[in-house]
Amino acid sequence: MNMALLFDGSLIVLILAVAVWTMAVRNSFAAVIGYATYGLLLALAWVRLAAVDAALTEAAIGGGLTSVLLIRAVVRLRSSESAARAETPGRVSRLLAAVLAGSVTAALALVVLTLPEPAPTLAPQVAANIASTSLGNAVTGVLLSFRAIDTLLEAVVLVFALIAVWTLTPDPLWGGRPGPRYELDENGMLAYLARLLPPLGIVVAVYVLWVGADLPGGKFQAGTLLAAMWLLAIMAGLVEAPPISQRWLRGALVLGTVVFLAIGFAGVPLAGAFLAYPEGHAKPLIIAIEAASMLSIALTLGLLVLGPPERGA
Amino acid sequence: MSLLLDLWTIVAVTAGVFFFLAGTVGLLRFPDTLTRLHALTKADNLGLGLVVLGLLPRVGSPLAGLKLICVWLLVLLAGATASQLIARAVRRSGPPV
Repeated sequence: MNMALLFDGSLIVLILAVAVWTMAVRNSFAAVIGYATYGLLLALAWVRLAAVDAALTEAAIGGGLTSVLLIRAVVRLRSSESAARAETPGRVSRLLAAVLAGSVTAALALVVLTLPEPAPTLAPQVAANIASTSLGNAVTGVLLSFRAIDTLLEAVVLVFALIAVWTLTPDPLWGGRPGPRYELDENGMLAYLARLLPPLGIVVAVYVLWVGADLPGGKFQAGTLLAAMWLLAIMAGLVEAPPISQRWLRGALVLGTVVFLAIGFAGVPLAGAFLAYPEGHAKPLIIAIEAASMLSIALTLGLLVLGPPERGA
Repeated sequence: MSLLLDLWTIVAVTAGVFFFLAGTVGLLRFPDTLTRLHALTKADNLGLGLVVLGLLPRVGSPLAGLKLICVWLLVLLAGATASQLIARAVRRSGPPV
């Protein structure tokens, strides 16, 4: 018991220290590395709270993919960084920002500390009704059955984010290929890794998706893994990023949402409500939605990292 | 038998932790990028390897043991690749400032 307390205490101190360091450090690149470390430590904290689903998502998206996005942003902004640093905001606005951020933190802490004991929870209702979905993982049950509308909107938001990135395309390059051209170094280490790892990564991604019905896992974690494998192959120069004007690409990006909506609307005549599943067919339908969403999420995340088109098709 | 297995776990995990500690001290104290990479690989390869070997008698099923070994092999692969890439970047463009 004491060992567990010691571990949790050290973890909390470490998370807070990394968070403060990430904000205090002057170099943007170092701050991003601090942020990645913060994400991985947070994933450990979720494991300690027995929320393995959240831990997997945090490690894959919070620690991994978002950090890659930020690293690319830092590299892109490097040329203008000193100019941006020269115009530091004045003392008053910095003080105001600190007061604002501090009071939000204090309010959040107050809310958490004054929660009634035991905290309000819907977990018993979920546990009582999970059998109707024939899923073993309560988190997947909530995400795709009890609160499916939230998950549907999340997938839509991701596509909107990609559209926002694409709007940064200069007019003559519209429809072109995103990202720089990566030269293939046939005998290089990266090409070797990009040939060796993707078969393994794809198997693990499909496993994470499949096992998500009964154990921690699901489309977001699996999609992030697939996106990572795709990006590895692109950055090693083994495959080219597709031009964003391709019809198959546009179709695949919305595939998950379309399948989700189709099954959702089919629920109106068949099960009596939008996003309701017919009795006894919940699990196969949920897995169909998850599989289609995994492909769309993988493509969307990969294209988000690659950024707006930078060269012709 | 179980005493022997316990002893094995204690010895192997302690040795693994020692390599992690040594690797971290090296990472913090060594003078340039290449020597720091050298220190880091000790923590990844030997440290994690010994911890995994020490934990193997503790796993509930052969499948869990296999997963542990896979984790170690994947870290070996990722660590070796990342070290090579960093070292190549240093050789091409000089040490980072």
